[in-house]
Order: sequence, then C-alpha cells, then structure tokens
Amino acid sequence: MNRTFGGPAIFLDRSDINTDEIIPARYLTEVTKEALQPYLLEDLTLEGFDPRGEALKQAAVIVTRKNFGCGSSREHAPWALEVNGIYTVIAEGYARIFRQNMFNCGMLAIELPAADIDRLFALQQQGVVTVAVDLDRQRLVAAGSRQELSFDFPLSPFDKALVKAGGWVEFADARY
Amino acid sequence: MGQTIAEKIFAAHLRDEPFEGTYVLDLDRVLCHEITTPVAIADLQWREKDRVFDPTKIKAVIDHVTPAKDSKTAVQGKILRDWAGRHGIADFFDVGQNGVCHVLFPEKGFIRPGFTVIMGDSHTCTHGAFGAFAAGVGTTDLEVGILKGVCAFRKPVSILVNITGQLQEQVVSKDVILYVIKQLGVNGATDRVIEFRGPVVDAMSMDARMTLTNMAIEAGGTSGICWPDAVTVDYLWPFISADYPSKEAALADFSKWHSDPDAEYDRVLNIDVSDLQPQVTFDYKPDCVTNARDLRDAPVDQVYIGTCTNGRLEDLQQAAEVLKGRKLAPGVRGILSPASPKIFREAMELGILGIFMDAGFCITNPTCGACLGMSNGVLAPGEACAATSNRNFQGRMGQGGMVYLMSPATAAASGVKGVVTDPRDL
Ligand code: SF4
Repeated sequence: MNRTFGGPAIFLDRSDINTDEIIPARYLTEVTKEALQPYLLEDLTLEGFDPRGEALKQAAVIVTRKNFGCGSSREHAPWALEVNGIYTVIAEGYARIFRQNMFNCGMLAIELPAADIDRLFALQQQGVVTVAVDLDRQRLVAAGSRQELSFDFPLSPFDKALVKAGGWVEFADARY
Repeated sequence: MGQTIAEKIFAAHLRDEPFEGTYVLDLDRVLCHEITTPVAIADLQWREKDRVFDPTKIKAVIDHVTPAKDSKTAVQGKILRDWAGRHGIADFFDVGQNGVCHVLFPEKGFIRPGFTVIMGDSHTCTHGAFGAFAAGVGTTDLEVGILKGVCAFRKPVSILVNITGQLQEQVVSKDVILYVIKQLGVNGATDRVIEFRGPVVDAMSMDARMTLTNMAIEAGGTSGICWPDAVTVDYLWPFISADYPSKEAALADFSKWHSDPDAEYDRVLNIDVSDLQPQVTFDYKPDCVTNARDLRDAPVDQVYIGTCTNGRLEDLQQAAEVLKGRKLAPGVRGILSPASPKIFREAMELGILGIFMDAGFCITNPTCGACLGMSNGVLAPGEACAATSNRNFQGRMGQGGMVYLMSPATAAASGVKGVVTDPRDL
C-alpha cells in the first residue's frame, strides 16, 4: 500500500478525546467503513470546532493533546479518520488500543513531547498549517504562513513495519 | 530478576519477537461479539481468507443488541451466526442462550488462569480476574487472532495496586475500582497491566473481582489481573474437576502464575479502603469520582442495573437488599438487565426479580443494550441515569444524557430517592 502521509492539519485542543466522540456508538451498526464518513467527530463539543465545517473536510492530519482515542476498542474510530482522508494523528499520547488500531490499519499515530505539541498549536495562529511527513527519516515538517517547524519523531521498528506493510493483516499473513 | 504474572504468561505464550520489545503471543481464546466481528469477517472474506485458526478456541455471542432491534442489527447478528455455522464454532450463543460477553464466557468456564485472551471489546480486561492476560483489541487484531491465533503486544509493564483495610457496610468492589481510577486518572495505566492484590482482593468473590478488573481500561490499562487462588478454583471446579485429582492440586498448579516476590513494578499503589465511602462519578470522565454524598441533590430520571461491570448475581442481590419493601421514586424509570440467562434464572428462583418488579423495575433480557445507548433504555437529552456500568462519556447512554457510575446498592438507593443517594442514608 502506497499511502502519503501529511497535508492540512486540524487542531483539537483537548486531552482525553474518546472513541465515542470520534465515532458515536449509534453508528456501530454500520458494516462498511465508507458508511462512517459523514459522522466523524460528530459528538465532539469543543469551542471553535464544527464537525460539519470546512476545516475538518480539508484536514489530512489531526493535532491534539494527551490520551487521544481513549475508551472503546472500536476500530471504527481510525476507519472514520481513514475514510475522511486523515491518515496521520499527532498527539502527546494515545490510548493503547486506538494507537495499535492506527498502525494495524497502516496509519500513523505520531507521539511528540508536550513542548513540541505546544509549538505546533502556536503555529496555528498563522492560519492553515500543512504537515509533511518523512516516514523513513522519522521527521515531520509543519508549515504555517510565516514559519516552518520540524520535528523528529520516535517510531518503533514494529510500528514502522506495519505502516510499510500496509497493516497488521498483511504483516502477520506473510509471517505466521 | 523475578517475573510478574503478566510476564510469566507472556513467556509461556511467546511465538515470536519480530523486533525487540514486540511480543507476538499464541492465543488461548479469541472472543467475538456482533458489533466488532462482522467487519473482521467481511474483511477476511474480501481478502479471500475466510478461515479460522481453531474453532474450539473461538467463542462468539450476540449480546450488544439482542434480539435485533432493526434491519442493521439483524444483519450484524446474521453475519456472526452464519460465520459461526460455516466454521463449526460450537460455542456460539444466540437469542435464548446469550448474555453479556464478559459475564457469559467466564460463567461457561472458558477462561482459565494463565490464558491469553483477546476480544474486539475494550472491557476484555475483565477476564484477568481469573489470572489470565486478557486484552481488548481492535478489529484488525481480532481478525489476525481469528485467522492466525496470535496477537502482538509490547512488554507487559505492570502497576501493582495493593488493597488493604476493611471495607465498610455497603461499600463494595465497584467503589474500590472507582476510587482506584480516581487515583490513577484516565490514562494513568496506559500500556500497563494493573495487578490487583492484597487482603481485600483475596476476600472478594469472583463476581466482585470481575468488577475490579472490568474497569482497568478506564484507567487506560491493557489488562487488569488477579492472582488465581482457592476462590478461583472453587468457581472453576465444575469445569476442571476432570483435569485435577483435587482442588488442592488445581490450586498448586495455578499458583505457578503468581508473581515472584522480586518481580518489578512500574509503580506500586497502596490503598487502604477502611474509610472508603460509596463512590459515584460526575462529569464525563470515569476518573471524575467523588463520595455519593457529595452529589446527593443530583436528580436521576432512570436507574440502570446490569452490564459486564455489575450485572452478576451478587450485584443483583446487593441492589435487591436495598429495594426490598421499597419503591422507585415517582417518575424514576428502573431497568434491570441480568447479564446472563443463568443469572436471570437464579435471580428468579431466589425471588430477586420479584423484589425488583415490586419496586417498579422493568426487567429486560440479558443484553448490553442501554449501556452503550443502543437499545432497552436509551436516555433523552438532558436526562440523567444512575448506572452500574463502566463508562460515563458524554452521550454514552444517549445523546445529551448524563451517566453517573456507581455500585448496585447506590444505584438502587438513588432510584428510591430520585436523587443520587448513599445507600446508608436511606
Ligand atoms: S455491558 Fe457495556 S461495557 Fe460491557 S461489553 Fe456490553 S456495551 Fe461494553
């Protein structure tokens, strides 16, 4: 699978955004990923955030705080991101299952220290922020209108292998 | 260096270490329900890999919405049912035999000390009460589990929660775990196994232990885990009596999973529960926990007793003790969902269901239903529910609704008063 990571970012300034907020349980009766597309983040109440707004429509990257994706194990959460063209999340930390689900789907859950996340949020004041990800070098560049910031990010060899393989099913099937 | 119980289970199940710190484990149980499994089945079919690694190790149930409430949930049930039939999965539980997964599967004797267990459900940590390593996973992990019987985890770093003291009257394991989550915070145990130990845990029944381990995930924990002991052996005896000459022999065997005295913990939390009062949550995060008395004027529109946290017989008994000879406050709706057919029948035979009905409760079939706002008791915007479940996220039981988490006795007392109530104040 040849996916490109990066693009316009949307900023969600809260910790502990849970999977019920990312995709509410009432949509778990859907059996296709595509059906989740209109409902991403529908239950998130956050000042300045509109689940039906242009910013979310344009976004390819989410930048957020701590413990993103806590709560239920539903992989519908990363799928709802995927079908909306968001393959990259940058956060200070994740709930374990959500994080694993992201990599299992061949998507990126990048973890950065609090200070770096703060700098990313500050960049937002310059308008639209665009993120470019270099997976091999484990480096991301975030560009505002006047300034560019770059960060190295850690990625375990296993997580990297999953992203490169296109997910855990492909990896496991080739190996076990 | 000694090993924790989780490390011992990892060592005994290690299939592969593809990279340093990544452990691919052989699985003893892959558990399935109708919400997260159909998507895995559809994907396996699409990949032309519609196979299962071992039908005897896969157990499946329709529990979240059952009987089906509409065409979509009917299709989810049908996909699971057809798949179980196609692959000869004998332990498949459908309408009439079904109950909440984390209650039903242990009750059938499927979970044993030292087992590795996954399920596409975050509260799979419940099964750690038996001394198993049990983790909730997403659909892709579930899919690989079904196909290959393996799952990958990071090194199992553990937090030891040592619970001492003497619980007061009307204070139970639900109060203990809410208090522990308050101490740890919603991500205090992320990527950690929570090992529950101490005299208070030793004195708990399996029902009470499952309430503890059930909520490990609310602190971010990968799994909650208790040491298998004589209580575990007694519970499992009907299922293991052919494997061991005596209960003592079973206990001796299970003891091999106990953590070594010099095992290493990331953190040790000592909690004396002697002064602990009945606890409740406020707000929309499970670590927002306070004494029930602090919330005593908060009105409730509905009481919900059931779920994988507190829908077991002991829970129903505790609520019935409070409800006996009393009635729900005018305007309060009461919903009881015994979590399995066995519990339903026992509660019926013991007269517990009668007590609930006399108090004005509606009794539903065993199902998750209202717990995740899907059926049988969804809240309207602005309504509040005193619930024995495990999650109080915004909209969890219905868009715009508020959920207060608490023990069965506290929920029953709150129903009687119509406001959040410490059961000792009735
Ligand atoms: S009872 Fe609630 S928490 Fe438990 S498995 Fe069902 S939906 Fe999940």
